[in-house]
Amino acid sequence: MLYRENGQFKTSYAADQQIFPITQDRLAIGLLLLVAFVVMPMAGSEYLFRAVLIPFLILALAALGLNILVGYCGQISLGTGAFMAVGAYAAYNFLVRIDGMPLIVAMLLGGLTATVVGVLFGIPSLRIKGLYLAVATLAAQFFTDWAFLRISWFTNNSTSGSVSVAGLNVFGLPIESPVAKYLFCLTVVCVFALAAKNLTRSATGRQWMAIRDMDVAAAVIGIRPVYAKLTAFAVSSFIVGVAGVLWAFVHLGAWEPAAFSIDRSFQLLFMVIIGGLGSIMGAFFGAAFIVVLPIILDQVPHWFGIPLSTATTSHLVHMIFGALIVFFLIAEPHGLAKLWSIGKQKMRLWPFPH
Amino acid sequence: MMNDMPQAVQEQTQGTGRRIGDVVLDLQNISLSFGGVKALTDISFNVREHEIRSIIGPNGAGKSSMLNVINGVYHPQEGRILFRGEERRRMEPHMAAEQGIARTFQNIALFKGMSVLDNIMTGRNLKMKSGLLANALYWGRAQKEEIEHRVKVEEIIDFLEIQDIRKTPVGALPYGLQKRVELGRALAAEPSLLLLDEPMAGMNVEEKQDMCRFILDVNDQFGTTIVLIEHDMGVVMDISDRVVVLDYGKKIGDGVPEEVRANEDVIRAYLGTSH
Repeated sequence: MLYRENGQFKTSYAADQQIFPITQDRLAIGLLLLVAFVVMPMAGSEYLFRAVLIPFLILALAALGLNILVGYCGQISLGTGAFMAVGAYAAYNFLVRIDGMPLIVAMLLGGLTATVVGVLFGIPSLRIKGLYLAVATLAAQFFTDWAFLRISWFTNNSTSGSVSVAGLNVFGLPIESPVAKYLFCLTVVCVFALAAKNLTRSATGRQWMAIRDMDVAAAVIGIRPVYAKLTAFAVSSFIVGVAGVLWAFVHLGAWEPAAFSIDRSFQLLFMVIIGGLGSIMGAFFGAAFIVVLPIILDQVPHWFGIPLSTATTSHLVHMIFGALIVFFLIAEPHGLAKLWSIGKQKMRLWPFPH
Repeated sequence: MMNDMPQAVQEQTQGTGRRIGDVVLDLQNISLSFGGVKALTDISFNVREHEIRSIIGPNGAGKSSMLNVINGVYHPQEGRILFRGEERRRMEPHMAAEQGIARTFQNIALFKGMSVLDNIMTGRNLKMKSGLLANALYWGRAQKEEIEHRVKVEEIIDFLEIQDIRKTPVGALPYGLQKRVELGRALAAEPSLLLLDEPMAGMNVEEKQDMCRFILDVNDQFGTTIVLIEHDMGVVMDISDRVVVLDYGKKIGDGVPEEVRANEDVIRAYLGTSH
């Protein structure tokens, strides 16, 4: 079936305002969800879940949160790792200090704590913009690095500074096997991706984008810059905080503050830029590019039976990966999501030029 | 068309069902300066309900500053502003929007990354009440509200004849259409007072005619009071009810177009004096 919207007439505004207005898109996304929820758990290997899919899903969620702030509201943040850490450590404390605390509730409370911290560090955005704001959010990064390393209360007075969680379960179902972990992450990511998409296509999202594109005109229309910027910080930090909980609890199991260092913040910012600013899809593309591509590149020499030492492969991967980033940014500065939508636009007419 | 006597303005407009009412906006002795630079000096004028009030003057006369004072972007150091009989205290732009004052900008200030539809929908921001959580669920009230406002926005799109570009990102549109979309965004708020800053700058004759028609229709059909800054004298003299003339931040003329056209100071400011 060709990718066409001929004959698909919209007779109501509700039909026109759907997330996927074109039938073929709806079929494709349904198929993708079917594969993700049903086929993968049956076919995937343990390595695939542990090393590829779970990190991809969690980092895509964090990138999604960051994209709301950077891509939709235009406020640069270098403190993403910090907000992930706040979510993870807050959820950890809720879990160990309160008896019988369910995982989901601890996760949401972790997200809410990250929200509070995010809004607090978002206050400078009311006065400063751009690179200066980036430097201000860097303060959040250094502050949390310090706090979780030095204030032992946060780590439940653990002597090594490392904390761990075990025996996770949701409604009595254990989250122990790779498949269970994968399905849990997938569900959380799907729920948040849908909520984020809804927010960005509603009045809230338009307020954010208005502030991003032209803040004076936005104020004249009646948008309060304070409210718009702080809600963006709040929603973004909440999602990033939840991603932090998943990263610590589900992916790592045991972790120390270095898991949420500045490197993580940069990695997520790159995902958002390469994937596409201001696009929900972009967060997934960016995460796939940064997480999955190096793993694939690593495997390529093996497929062709080229005898290369591990060290050489690792260097090559770095070089090719760097070159690809440069190439994609030159080819399409608006990211992979933009390339995707251009491709779809062309598909609608193919094979005719007009 | 404008050869009547000054007091004939009211009679003339009665024919179209449009009646000029009481003073809605009264500016008294406004002075505004930035550091040592005086942008506006002791300016007083008023705007009556349902009228088209033009502000003209050479470049740098303070016209745009005047609009920025009216909608709260600038705060004058001296003078009083009465809007609907109430004296205004220090206010922010969003408060002016809440009182029903909308505007367009001299340099187009659209949201470039958004579609025409989203830009105009954003204009209805103040009328949309759903909260963050409701919007995240996009269910029930939030979706109902979105559709209700979409209906209103589609009416504006029809009115401005831009149906075919509703899904286009505004950054990709030609200049004349962007100006039209910006008018649409301002109209979406259903303002009682509309401030237009050079809506016809840089347009060709046809585009100017279209824009004039839209301005007159807005004034006529919705009864919106309009304050207009424009350089094209033909347009100003043709569509304005009253004109105020600024030069170097001072008011040098005020009245119906004929009076202003005959005013010695105005002629001097525009044409220079002969020696």
